[in-house]
Amino acid sequence: MGFFRQALVITVKDLRAEIRTKEAINASFAFALVILVLFSFAFDPLEDTTRDISGGLLWIVFAFAGTLILNRSFARELPNDCLDALIAAPISGAALFLGKSVANYLLLLAVELVSLPVFGIFYNVRWTTQFWQLMLVLVLGTWGLTLIGTFCSALTVNIRLREVMLPMLTYPALVPVLMGSMQLTMTLMAGKPIGPDMVPWLKLLAGFDLVFTAASLVLVEIVLVG
Amino acid sequence: MRNNILYGLGAAVILLLVRDINLIAGFPQEASQGAIFKIIFFHVPMAITAMLCSSVALIASVMFLITRNFKYDAVAVAVTEVGLAFLLGNLVTGSIWARIIWGVWWAWDVRLTSALVCWLLYAGYLMLRRAIEEPTQRAVFAACFSIFAFIDVPIVYLSIRLFRTQHPGPVFFTSNGSFPPDWTAAIFGPLGTLMALMMLATVLTVIRLSQEDSQRELDSLRRMAHAM
Amino acid sequence: MSAVAIEGVWKFYGDYPALRDVRLEAERGACLALIGRNGAGKTTLLRVVAGFSRPGRGKVQIFGNEPRETETRRQMGFIGHGISVYDELSAFENLMLYAKLYNLPNPKKSAMEWLERTGLERVRNGLVREFSRGMRQRLAVARAFLHEPTVLLLDEPFTALDDKAITVLQKLLKEALAAGKTIVMSTHQLREALELATHVALLNRGQVAFHGPRTPEMVSDPGYVYARYGEG
Repeated sequence: MGFFRQALVITVKDLRAEIRTKEAINASFAFALVILVLFSFAFDPLEDTTRDISGGLLWIVFAFAGTLILNRSFARELPNDCLDALIAAPISGAALFLGKSVANYLLLLAVELVSLPVFGIFYNVRWTTQFWQLMLVLVLGTWGLTLIGTFCSALTVNIRLREVMLPMLTYPALVPVLMGSMQLTMTLMAGKPIGPDMVPWLKLLAGFDLVFTAASLVLVEIVLVG
Repeated sequence: MRNNILYGLGAAVILLLVRDINLIAGFPQEASQGAIFKIIFFHVPMAITAMLCSSVALIASVMFLITRNFKYDAVAVAVTEVGLAFLLGNLVTGSIWARIIWGVWWAWDVRLTSALVCWLLYAGYLMLRRAIEEPTQRAVFAACFSIFAFIDVPIVYLSIRLFRTQHPGPVFFTSNGSFPPDWTAAIFGPLGTLMALMMLATVLTVIRLSQEDSQRELDSLRRMAHAM
Repeated sequence: MSAVAIEGVWKFYGDYPALRDVRLEAERGACLALIGRNGAGKTTLLRVVAGFSRPGRGKVQIFGNEPRETETRRQMGFIGHGISVYDELSAFENLMLYAKLYNLPNPKKSAMEWLERTGLERVRNGLVREFSRGMRQRLAVARAFLHEPTVLLLDEPFTALDDKAITVLQKLLKEALAAGKTIVMSTHQLREALELATHVALLNRGQVAFHGPRTPEMVSDPGYVYARYGEG
């Protein structure tokens, strides 16, 4: 069976299990909502201020909310020792990792897409003016976030204080992704399209995604099998 | 034997540092910045030493994954800790310099921010090690994370440089030559501060290395005792 | 060529050797029972054989191949301490998942067949989290046998099982042996295990203290091997 079909089987399995319980996705969205509300106390939510910091605000919300989903990713395999059976199956660690990453990616994108209108309503921001370019940033930024997060989720699955370790490992590594996404989102929220001055950020996001997709696919087999 | 070499090297480091500090104290003050400028004689070599440490950590991590020899794992952790200490020194001296020249302790400029993010990345490496009980798994996971961190460093730097730049540009080896050759030699010369700090890093790493070896031996004896 | 050959395997936790120069073999149709106290290295050894962790020195060969090769994994069935099925999925979905991962020619048919053989076809659409303990264990057995493995690695297979699951598993294992498949199991349940075993290996602090064919004395007195060869 092809590599991508194996990954797809894993993705479908993770999504199905998650949609049955909705544990991670509910927690993640509720958390996003809480942070969005809390931010309104941190500064005066006027139109101008909000627009200026919209990028940072949104991506911090996404990064926090994402951690809840990513924490569950490999932890889901723990209770019945399912990871053993997956490793024993004739499927490569890379396919397993890719499948899990894609599942997390779709879940996180869903949380983000629901959070965006809520953000728009709370802070009176017209976020749809550059809708498709915003989607492009979301797609690229979230993949970077998910990739690093899923890899670190595999690294931390067996250790105590897993929930604390994951953000400690991922956020510093994610600085380029978050910064790029924040910059681009800020411009787009202000209603401006991505101009030539912003293209380097897009390249940075794409480059980060590419480099770390390759690196994690190579390294994950070692992480899973030792 | 190994200890004697270590003591000798340690003594050489002290002599070299005394010599360098003496030399640097004798330099005239820089025209616009005054005495605080001399922090550069340690600020810059500390950053270079830290970078070298992270490269050695990368090589050691890759070597561990290939050979599964715990010596390499010990090198990786020792050199990472020493590198973190030097990076901290770099951050602190940079911060003191910024307070005097810019009037603020911290300015979120490209290099300071990159250095801080790197520091956090490698601090995460040490935290990850602490959290994993089983030595083989700890070594493997840490090695993988170290490789990740190393790949991340240039991208972090690139992104922060895109973000803003406020730091004084590099002053060495440039044609406008505001940096006198004997000052350059005080850092990069064979007896300069860079050499002194690199030797210091080596001494510290070797000490940390033998600690790590004893630690592993202790751990195995403990397991042995449990198995009895 | 032996079905399972463990050739001078060492496994280290840091500097501590959890397995020391373990050499064991199991022929086709043999059932090797690994016995020994807790911490003797039985689980570690099985995990190395299964390819879950790499040996520090030495190697494991399954029909002459490395354990991590895809072809080997296709032939290998593993039952560990956990049931390795997902609580949030139904029995049928669980088996379908593994059937697809093993690339079985007709996943649906295999899944249905094994639900039937383990007496779970009536509850096939029930979520595993609603299952009783015994049903979960039978599903775990179905999961491990689903792809018709030729080498079975079982870690304490009888420990957590209820009577019905033990009966199901023993029947399956006997059939498997009769069909020329190979079993390596670690166990504390000497009586159940020695009934099946053709060979016995006693591990003591990571070393093989005894290895040989099972003799009638062992069945009549399960403590015999320990008394004779172990733990001096």
